[in-house]
Amino acid sequence: MKPEALLHPTPAGLFCPIGRFHVDPVRPVERALITHGHSDHARAGHGRVLATRQTLDIMRIRYGEDFCESEQAAEFGELIDVDGVTVSFHPAGHVLGSAQIRIERDGLRIVVSGDYKRGVDPTCAPFVPVACDVFITEATFGLPVFHHPNPREEIAKLLISLKQFPDRSHLVGAYALGKAQRVIRLIRDCGYDEPIFIHGALAKLCEYYESQGIALGDIRPATMEKSTPDLFKGAVVVGPPSAFQDRWARRFNEPLISFASGWMMVRQRAKQGGVELPLVISDHCDWPELLETIGEIAPSEVWVTHGREEALVRWCEMKGIPARPLHLVGYEDEGD
Amino acid sequence: MKAFATLLDRLLLTPSRNGKLKLLADYFRDTPDPDRGYGLAALAGALDLKSVKPAMLRELVLEQMDPVLFRYSYDYVGDLAETISLVWDGGEKDDTTDAEQPSLSEVVDRMNSLGRTEVRGAVRDLLNHLDPSGRYAFLKLVTGSLRIGVSARLAKQALSDMSGHGDAERPGHARDVTEIETLWHGLEAPYEALFAWLEGRAEKPVLATPAIFHSVMLANPVEPGDLEKLDPQDYAAEWKWDGIRIQMSSYGGTKKLYSRSGDDITNAFPDIVGAIDFEGVIDGELLVGGTMRSNSPTRSFSDLQQRLNRKTVTPKMMDDYPAFVRAYDLLFQGDQDVRAQGFLERRGRLGEIIERAPHDRFDLSDLVPFSDWAELDRLRIAPPDPVIEGVMIKRRDSVYQAGRLKGPWFKWKRDPYNIDAVMLYAQRGHGKRSSYYSDFTFGVWTETPEGDQLVPVGKAYFGFTDAELEVLDKFVRDNTVERFGPVRAVRADKDFGFVLEVAFEGINRSSRHKSGVAMRFPRIARLRQDKLPRDADRLSTLTAMIDGREA
Repeated sequence: MKPEALLHPTPAGLFCPIGRFHVDPVRPVERALITHGHSDHARAGHGRVLATRQTLDIMRIRYGEDFCESEQAAEFGELIDVDGVTVSFHPAGHVLGSAQIRIERDGLRIVVSGDYKRGVDPTCAPFVPVACDVFITEATFGLPVFHHPNPREEIAKLLISLKQFPDRSHLVGAYALGKAQRVIRLIRDCGYDEPIFIHGALAKLCEYYESQGIALGDIRPATMEKSTPDLFKGAVVVGPPSAFQDRWARRFNEPLISFASGWMMVRQRAKQGGVELPLVISDHCDWPELLETIGEIAPSEVWVTHGREEALVRWCEMKGIPARPLHLVGYEDEGD
Repeated sequence: MKAFATLLDRLLLTPSRNGKLKLLADYFRDTPDPDRGYGLAALAGALDLKSVKPAMLRELVLEQMDPVLFRYSYDYVGDLAETISLVWDGGEKDDTTDAEQPSLSEVVDRMNSLGRTEVRGAVRDLLNHLDPSGRYAFLKLVTGSLRIGVSARLAKQALSDMSGHGDAERPGHARDVTEIETLWHGLEAPYEALFAWLEGRAEKPVLATPAIFHSVMLANPVEPGDLEKLDPQDYAAEWKWDGIRIQMSSYGGTKKLYSRSGDDITNAFPDIVGAIDFEGVIDGELLVGGTMRSNSPTRSFSDLQQRLNRKTVTPKMMDDYPAFVRAYDLLFQGDQDVRAQGFLERRGRLGEIIERAPHDRFDLSDLVPFSDWAELDRLRIAPPDPVIEGVMIKRRDSVYQAGRLKGPWFKWKRDPYNIDAVMLYAQRGHGKRSSYYSDFTFGVWTETPEGDQLVPVGKAYFGFTDAELEVLDKFVRDNTVERFGPVRAVRADKDFGFVLEVAFEGINRSSRHKSGVAMRFPRIARLRQDKLPRDADRLSTLTAMIDGREA
């Protein structure tokens, strides 16, 4: 069987015609397998959804009780038969509940990695390499310029800045699912135990992470009490980056805008975004990790989904690994 | 290198002046000698470092990287130094530890001790031993463009700030920035004596001789509304002579002539230096022709240009174009610093010195009596000598302060449509000029969130002589930083570039140009190799011209 007969791109996303399911479909479908809870991968309105328990919980938190018609939870490593196709879920190390999906039929194995990373992250299960014939990888940071430094060193920059500018509220932009909790956890691991204030958009997800055993320490809503205007002086406030351009941010004293993202690797990018303190903390692979992963899994073919496909395909070609871009649309490569 | 690289990264993204000052002051306080001194020199544009051409860096990176992947990377990042700093490790995880990285002073020492053929290998080796942020800082240093929105003045202000903190037992210990400024040119990187004094560990460094360059005091252009607020009684006026501003230093037998940016031009003017028979530091205008008291005319700027930009001079040249100095001010009398005295008081002392000095080489700039601004305006527009380009207005009690402070001194030029701009791009001409870069786009400074930047304001392709065209063409060929088809971008930093005096017939607002202004018939009035790009005019001066005319 040709791999394309088992899985191929369609406008709705990757489709398995034999098992009649989509992976991370970008529009409502009859049956969806979801890698993780980020909104560009996990959308509401599908018929049946198969995902990890945590991903299903996250979808319920974000979209409400009726986010799909019926749901099925997959354990990591459990073999599940979907109309004659064997699928299994394996940790991807991206955010809580994130999984790679292995799809097998007649000995042909395809792994859809979804979004993944190799770096240490105490807020989710670490990536497990899964042997396969076709490895479908993302390429969000698929350019030789991307090198994600040790995240603890990045947090150290934040802590230094808090000492240098003790009157300024340090507003740390971080996406609501995964990055925010990881950043808070990292700040705690670096020894900071003052209260951390969070934007309302983060509240439920932080609560969920806590319920899953990920301690975030003293976190409080960043709401202003009239009697305590100095409350946020020198405080760490975590929120979605979009909120910082909003009126919401006016409550803070001389805010110092920080942003935790792999995109912060490029100075001009940080500068254009008005970011004063970039923290290069990513939930994706950097370039060396992408290359290392492909080398480690050693698939006979690599398909590249979203991101900067051309450089990764070029690298595979130079290494003699057949590779092709899938040109999937609908995945927001900004979301790190 | 780590501390300096981290500082650069933070400065680049810190928009506020106070934020920058805090980062700079912390760096100066926390970084040991001699590294901080080299960091200071780099920020103040005073670091002497062997430079590397972008082409060599490109070759180095392509030795070890696929050109296609490099191109994708460069297209994405858009800055050569940054791209190289990020891709250098070629897909390996970077595991450079801080302790392994060479310090800034080691980098400077190593680069400056290299022979011509060793540069390539040394740059490769240093890139291998630095982390990405360190590589970026290193590449920005060796390509000579930090572009982080920090002026030498800001760095000195940070020195003043750092001197005040961390010394709770001796409050009020902070050193004033003007005091730092007065010492500045007598000191050299890594400035250990300066830091020792700032930290209260040593006495103020004693200048070996006052015969060093002292930062000059500059004037602001008169802008509409400026003078109405001022009482003419408080001010004195002088003619603004069209030569080049210089500083003469003489002490203990050492006699020096400096351009206003501090370049030592002593050897090009033995006629002047040989005539110096006083001790002290004098600020004046270098001109050719005769002094007023020898009753021969002051000659034009183009005559003066025959004497400029030469390392040495022939006797014939000195006969044909005799140089002299018209003295404006006195900074030191002997070894006595008189800068804190009022202008008229200094001038009195200056007059006595000049009176005794050789009459054919030195004279004293005349004061221009006036009773109100309208009278001075008439004098300005119709000056008694063609080599006068306007008037200078100086507060009678103004102390001599380095830099361009608003208030004590003004310049009021005769021709309002005359600016100093910086060459940004050049294009080859047509016909007879097709082998010359003869069409020049020039720009002026404007403040942006990223600090001062040059914004293009016009294009000119005439006004210069054939001999001047040779000079311009050579500069373009030697200093191209980028090519866009037939157009070359030339180096234009605060401290390196080509200043062009541009004359034009009118100026209007324009929505078509990024700068918002359009000039009518701009032409290159003269080449100002005596000036640095930092001395060029600002966009606000141009918009003020429009405002002035509309008002």
